[in-house]
Amino acid sequence: MKVTVTVNGSPVGAEVPDRTLLVHFIRDQAGLTATNVGCDTSSCGACTVLLDGRSVKSCTLLAAQADGRAVTTVEGLAEDGQLHRVQQAFHTEHGLQCGFCTPGMVMAAVSLLEENPAPTEEEVRTGLEGNICRCTGYHNIVKAVLAAASERQAQ
Amino acid sequence: MSILGTRVMRTEDPRLLTVGGTYVDDLRVPELAQAARATFVRTPVAHALIKGIDASAALAAPGVVAVLTAADMDDLPPPPPPPADGEVEAPPEGAPLPLMGPWAEPLLAVDRVRFAGEPVALVITDDSYQGEDAAELVSVDYEPLPAVIGFDTALSGESLLFPGTTSNVALTSGAPADPAMFDGCEAVVEHTIVNQRVAPVPMEGRAVAVAWENGKLTVWVSTQNAQITRFILAGALGLDPAAIRVVAPDVGGGFGAKIGADRDALIVAWAAKHIGRALRWVETRSENMLAMTHGRAQRQTVKIGGTRDGHILAYRLDIVQDTGAYPRMSGFLPFLTGLMATGPYAIPSVQAANRVVVTNTTPISAYRGAGRPEATAAIERAVDLFAAEIGKDPAEVRRINLVPPDQFPYHSPCGAVYDTGEYVAALDKVLEGAGYAELRAEQHRRRASGDVKQLGIGLASYVEITAADANAGETARVVVHDDGTATVYTGSSAHGQGHHTAFAMLVKSELGIPLESITVVHGDTDLIPAGVGTYASRSLQLGGTAVQKAAIDVKDKAREVAADMLEASAADLELDIDRGVWQVRGDPETSRTWAEVAEHAGSDGLAADVNFTDGQPTFPFGSHLAVVEVDTQTGKVRLLRHVTVDDAGTILNPLLVEGQRHGGIAQGAAQALLEEMVYDADGNPVTGTLVDYAIVTAAELPSFELLTSETPATINPLGAKGIGEAGTIGATPAVQNAVVDALSHLGIRHLDMPATPERVWSAIMQARESQ
Repeated sequence: MKVTVTVNGSPVGAEVPDRTLLVHFIRDQAGLTATNVGCDTSSCGACTVLLDGRSVKSCTLLAAQADGRAVTTVEGLAEDGQLHRVQQAFHTEHGLQCGFCTPGMVMAAVSLLEENPAPTEEEVRTGLEGNICRCTGYHNIVKAVLAAASERQAQ
Repeated sequence: MSILGTRVMRTEDPRLLTVGGTYVDDLRVPELAQAARATFVRTPVAHALIKGIDASAALAAPGVVAVLTAADMDDLPPPPPPPADGEVEAPPEGAPLPLMGPWAEPLLAVDRVRFAGEPVALVITDDSYQGEDAAELVSVDYEPLPAVIGFDTALSGESLLFPGTTSNVALTSGAPADPAMFDGCEAVVEHTIVNQRVAPVPMEGRAVAVAWENGKLTVWVSTQNAQITRFILAGALGLDPAAIRVVAPDVGGGFGAKIGADRDALIVAWAAKHIGRALRWVETRSENMLAMTHGRAQRQTVKIGGTRDGHILAYRLDIVQDTGAYPRMSGFLPFLTGLMATGPYAIPSVQAANRVVVTNTTPISAYRGAGRPEATAAIERAVDLFAAEIGKDPAEVRRINLVPPDQFPYHSPCGAVYDTGEYVAALDKVLEGAGYAELRAEQHRRRASGDVKQLGIGLASYVEITAADANAGETARVVVHDDGTATVYTGSSAHGQGHHTAFAMLVKSELGIPLESITVVHGDTDLIPAGVGTYASRSLQLGGTAVQKAAIDVKDKAREVAADMLEASAADLELDIDRGVWQVRGDPETSRTWAEVAEHAGSDGLAADVNFTDGQPTFPFGSHLAVVEVDTQTGKVRLLRHVTVDDAGTILNPLLVEGQRHGGIAQGAAQALLEEMVYDADGNPVTGTLVDYAIVTAAELPSFELLTSETPATINPLGAKGIGEAGTIGATPAVQNAVVDALSHLGIRHLDMPATPERVWSAIMQARESQ
């Protein structure tokens, strides 16, 4: 079937099998490979992207379900070469190591801060429960999200 | 001021944060443009004979290129002939090599399967969706055999895994128990402890892409060791190593489970060559949970004795190592556990022995710590059991028995030589940092008031061994180019640790070339033919020292070249590290840039190769203190605080060191509280997906409290020891001890891991009934 998704502001249209998952549409049709597949049970969140501004696990949606809608991946986050404050905070606070969970984790954090601009540590931890990281022990991820939140408050 | 020891943010990050890494599945290189997908057919039955494989339906399915089985593998070198007398010669003790002879592991299964998830056939399709469909259509006729699951079933030998053997015990080591070693002890405690099987779960599973073109095999693989992988591939496929290029692109975590290459990767490499088409295999998570190696899986019997005033006099450790279906590491893991059995304590009389058994489960291999967390878990539980037996504070018993600072280098009765250490200071620092006395007071208050939520305080003091294979060394090549930039080629291999940042810091420190002008290259055997790679927390102390030495060699060469340019004596030249220029001492007017010096030197003029070996391992140490809250009505355990000292010698970059500690602590706490790979009695995996396997998330952990301690190593110029595995080694028993401590007033002396609500609740109920 023909599916057209606006990915990071640009329309991407392709004829794909009905069962194509959104994550594979993003990776194979849009050619954006930052979004990773880390499991097959919707558990790990490595594939998290924004769909019309809200975080979704793109392995859990069909591409067809995103037809006519807008997807933002981590590649679409920085503006004019300036890192988004969540990206910057992950860098400053050493919130990533191997980098595999990072695109999904960053997008989940962006969405979390949209919903709750001033979360407590507890709220960040429960808010990111659906995103697994095996390297950082989450310590610096939580720190980064809190830092990004306070930077936004300061603005 | 030197850049060394400062918090330098990672050079790796900007790319990973904006466009993402390039992992195997992300490669869009021309060689793989037409790559087909490989999908394994894996046995769902743990132990069975294969009576037939029917691929006809699969071959007729859309997109199927080929279905391959062991019968197709007629173009491989023959296996080594069996020894004439039928006896298998085990590798030297402590060598992490697979056991051969009747225990040998095939590539695709031959006639028999031995664990659920073992590869039986390989389906090649145009795309991955077709592969999953077609793999389901391959019909395999299994004739089930009794499954060997669990330590006792394996030891009973009622069902054997390997024809031609008489037992499931593949190896034994160590002296029989000598009860006389406990003579003179006023108190002796004995207990059996299970260090449960866990799954490594790197976020990127295993993955490999292979192209066979013009007699050369190019293999992109998610590995910790490109050069070792090339060696393994050459042997398995019967190719000259020169005909193989192995590339480790970005690697999404390893934790020991990506050392070298598994049989799955070898099969895919063979298949690409066999059918003459580029292939890519990226495992699913469920596949990863079953077929990537697992870790730990030891049953330990500890016996500890000493005086009633707290001096430990004797310790005996008996290990049964479940090695899974194939002894991939022979006796390495329990050997290392035995080597580190006494931990940081000066115990006069010590014995360790082990038996390695095969079972119908996923093979066991290295997982963050690889034998040392098991050693620490055993001795730290034993010390707490001993302290409880004599009624003394566990912190006090530790302090009495820790090796004092004037005893280094300390020759442990197990044969290790601990290089440097301040064990008592590490313990005291953690006790003070955590506020131990106040925590005990709070615990007392909660007990007195009958609080539903009881507090537990757990300690673990540890020493571990890093760069255990220091003699194998590590390589580095540093080149300064005529545009003033530098390239570092390292035999070490990164998968999240921050090698690129750390090694660039070392070069900047020696040469004054800015970080942004230094490129670090790893994991490509065409560019770096010799190297070892990353495991055993070896990278900085071996690979880093090699980089530093190569940079110094380049500096020495540059001094001669600059002297020639300036018509001065080399002895009169200096390198201004801050500006990155050469000049006649004290005369900035004469300065020459690196670009100018490199250009004058000509092609490859400013390059140096180093193969560095420490000659001996290093022994990091520390103490962890965990505080847990146990809900006595539900059995739910919550980790409230985790305070640690992890001393790994001189710190190059605190940011990277803290990251390593955090990650390890989380994995250790996860083993103590949550994670376990479970099989039923028939060998069916019960926790084979991330829905069933209780992998730790942010919601179950607190922020960690890290205290600093730096006792330099003396055997390498950086003063560095390894930090990669300290977290799992210290945290696992500290958290476990905290759970037991929370319930000690009920008479509970031990609880196996993981401390699930059910296990904790049941223990509380049982304790109350018997009171």
